[in-house]
Amino acid sequence: MENILDLTASELGEAIRRKETTAVEATEAALENIRENEKNYNCYVTVDEEGALESARRVQKEIESGKLTSPLAGVPVAIKDNMCTEGLLTTCSSKILSNFVPTYTSEAVLNLEKAGAVILGKTNMDEFAMGSTTETSFYGPTKNPRNPEHVPGGSSGGSAAAVAAKECFYALGSDTGGSIRQPASYCGVVGMKPTYGRVSRYGLIAYGSSLDQIGPLCRSVTDCAMILEAICSHDPKDSTSVERKDNRFTDALEKDLSGMKIGIPRDYFGEGLSDEVASPIREALEVLKTAGAKVEEFDLSLVEYAIPTYYTIAAAEASSNLERFDGIKYGYRTESYDGLHNMYKKSRSEGFGPEVKRRIMLGSFVLSSGYYDAYYLKALRVKALIKKAFDEAFSKYDLIIGPAAPTTAPKLGESLSDPIAMYLSDIYTISVNLAGLPGMTVPCGKDRNGLPVGMQLIGDSFRENSLLKAAYAYETALGGSFERAFFKKEGR
Amino acid sequence: MAKQYETVIGLEVHVELATKTKIFCGCSTAFGGEPNTHTCPVCTGMPGSLPVLNRQVLEYAVAVGLATNCGINRYCKFDRKNYFYPDNPQNYQISQLYLPICHDGSVEITTEDGTKNVRIHEIHMEEDAGKLIHDEWDDCSYVDFNRSGVPLIEIVSEPDMRSADEVIAYLEKLRMIIQYLGASDCKLQEGSMRADVNLSVREAGAEKFGTRTEMKNLNSFKAIRHAIEAETERQIDILEAGGTVVQETRRFDDNTGESYAMRSKEDAQDYRYFPDPDLVPIDLSEEFLDEIRNKQPEFRNEKMARYREEFGLPDYDIDIITQSKKMADVFEETVALGADAKKVSNYLMGETMRILKEKELDPQDISFKPEALKTLISLQEARKINGSVAKEVFEVLFFEDIDVESYVKEKGLMTVNDEGLLRKTVEQVIADNPQSVADYKGGKEKALGFLVGQTMKAMQGKADPGSVNAMLKELL
Repeated sequence: MENILDLTASELGEAIRRKETTAVEATEAALENIRENEKNYNCYVTVDEEGALESARRVQKEIESGKLTSPLAGVPVAIKDNMCTEGLLTTCSSKILSNFVPTYTSEAVLNLEKAGAVILGKTNMDEFAMGSTTETSFYGPTKNPRNPEHVPGGSSGGSAAAVAAKECFYALGSDTGGSIRQPASYCGVVGMKPTYGRVSRYGLIAYGSSLDQIGPLCRSVTDCAMILEAICSHDPKDSTSVERKDNRFTDALEKDLSGMKIGIPRDYFGEGLSDEVASPIREALEVLKTAGAKVEEFDLSLVEYAIPTYYTIAAAEASSNLERFDGIKYGYRTESYDGLHNMYKKSRSEGFGPEVKRRIMLGSFVLSSGYYDAYYLKALRVKALIKKAFDEAFSKYDLIIGPAAPTTAPKLGESLSDPIAMYLSDIYTISVNLAGLPGMTVPCGKDRNGLPVGMQLIGDSFRENSLLKAAYAYETALGGSFERAFFKKEGR
Repeated sequence: MAKQYETVIGLEVHVELATKTKIFCGCSTAFGGEPNTHTCPVCTGMPGSLPVLNRQVLEYAVAVGLATNCGINRYCKFDRKNYFYPDNPQNYQISQLYLPICHDGSVEITTEDGTKNVRIHEIHMEEDAGKLIHDEWDDCSYVDFNRSGVPLIEIVSEPDMRSADEVIAYLEKLRMIIQYLGASDCKLQEGSMRADVNLSVREAGAEKFGTRTEMKNLNSFKAIRHAIEAETERQIDILEAGGTVVQETRRFDDNTGESYAMRSKEDAQDYRYFPDPDLVPIDLSEEFLDEIRNKQPEFRNEKMARYREEFGLPDYDIDIITQSKKMADVFEETVALGADAKKVSNYLMGETMRILKEKELDPQDISFKPEALKTLISLQEARKINGSVAKEVFEVLFFEDIDVESYVKEKGLMTVNDEGLLRKTVEQVIADNPQSVADYKGGKEKALGFLVGQTMKAMQGKADPGSVNAMLKELL
């Protein structure tokens, strides 16, 4: 067998079932790689070595006794640090939750545990998922394993980097405005944000509640389908969770795209898009044509309104969602204070970083009396119009394809100085959240510095299968592995 | 006072709904548990937790809305009211501002001045907060989240009331309707019904309303009445002295009978209301509304008509019995067991009302079993106990869960139906009271009553008064 760390999650699951290896061996290999590489990449906030080994041993026994039969049983996973894990530190990469140990586990993670997942630890992220580079973390930035001078993207940068660095076999991230798809693109891995309502948000520490969705980051399209099958469920504890019957995602893994119509929004390939991103995507579209798809350009309107709409809605919700972090019940409390309100002020001023404060202020402003109609309500109306524009597009196309980000991963430190520029880099991903649609990124090449380029596939609501089908056909045409096609290092 | 003033009052009434579980989670709403035992991640605002609406809350809110002639917003939403306070675990309260469940209703009230309508502006659903416990010894405060997430409805009236009498009549009417629906027990003392009073005064005949104040912490009808009277006087005094009333929230202290300013309009918070993205909008179907309409109970007017028809009770009785749903329920259940309607009614109007008044209890507090009252009445009908013994026993069964028949036996309260003993006792009484006997024979009917009393006394109250009467007449 080749190096165990090079296996995809589904390959590892199969190897464990075939008794070629064990959950314990896989966990030990991942932990060893973590020990070796963490000083370079900083993918994790918390590595739970003991817990991981203990659950690997338990899971292995259950696999052997036939109790666990899921395809992902025994496969080690990393969880973004904004999903609650009972008994395991959950920080949202913030000082204000630096001591927070949840009393319960989030539904998506529970679903993975039922499928026999071994949790390695909690991955680094932009503080409260606010940021596009994983540099706003209280625990320091994560570095891009493809080139450690560059950021991994964000906010699920720790999860994407851990997958790329083989510090886990797959990871969970969350996506509010591109936080799975953009880091997947920067790190050269597969990432999917499912349709809003597909995966339970119970236990996901909210940033923008109407936009947040949990999804997989992994190395292959097959992994993506399997992980999605494992995490999605109708959860009565989440009112926005939707009951669906169409959740056999592995059935979608077909190579033939005959009859599939793909729309390419001209607006996504205009000014601001780097040629080094555009040309690999155009090449990938040729591959899809060969597989039988019909590809056509069209005008998706309202693209320029997505950013102000998103930052209004997400910040408004965040300003309220983050009110509970007040130093009273859990989390960081300032050392000395004079009365209740002083304690609130000092705990929050000291506990939140600058980007989080910026968004709380923005959100409080757009909700304040006298401005609510002009900003928040108007944003909700534009959100509805954006959804309508997508509905029109999906009356003609099965799929929309475009970039996930205007450029490849920027250098560390380049983005923080100019928040507006950072906000603008979300242009291709955020409308998908505003419309509640599924979106997926797969690697499609590299720029001249060897940094990954990703291609984003966008589907109609609950049409994850269309994304998976096109992505699988593309992966197959490349020879069955993005890693081998684009990133294979010599001598490993 | 040279000028005449008119008081203008509107109420905000909070009612705790009688659901078994909280509004957004499955925790118990039971009152009085150990601190923080009826809690979970949702009602303690833990990160990542999400609210899910309890359907029963919706049903109760709609039922109250329909019973108060409100329109129902078939499409309604929950909003977040953002403010920081430690009893509020998320630092926002889930409430309704933009699209409340019920709107534009009214109830009819009757006072000595006649009958009028009080309009209801809206009814909305919201969650209750936790409770702060201040430890003066330790110089710190604790939070008990047992009450956090208990469902409330807030009934907001228009400023249609003009006196304390009208306010009390309005509150009594709301309480009766809600109790009839079983939506709440509406106990002011325990806080399951709370009223904030918005009050202003204006010169009689003026068109414009004066500046209003809002009074909180009113825990009884008595406190509400006092607060209204005191605040009316305070505002008139200010105006008479050439001053202006400040718009503010005031806290009423029942011990001093005075109110104190809590906060003025200037420090009013901006609550930054917005629709709660964690809760999907509610889309009520016509079928759902029909279902609630069909489940609406028989209200007081219908009940009164039926009692007249079915039991032939006097209006006076019906009026008292139907004033509370609880009393009416006890009446109906006892009658259903076979007791005579008028006799049951007499116990409720007489002894029950007397005990309630004496002990300062509410009809809601009635806890005796209809079976017990039925047995008591049967024993009395069979002349196994007499009237005064029955009253004595009723007072016991009112507070204690006793088996009436064994209680009467054990305590030796049975009427003594021993004719020989009665004859002997009466002979003795006649012998001992020659003067009364003479009076009676001289035509003084009253003297017979004295002799009956003496006989009853001699028989330790356990004789049947009818038999005593007959025996006396026979022997005299």
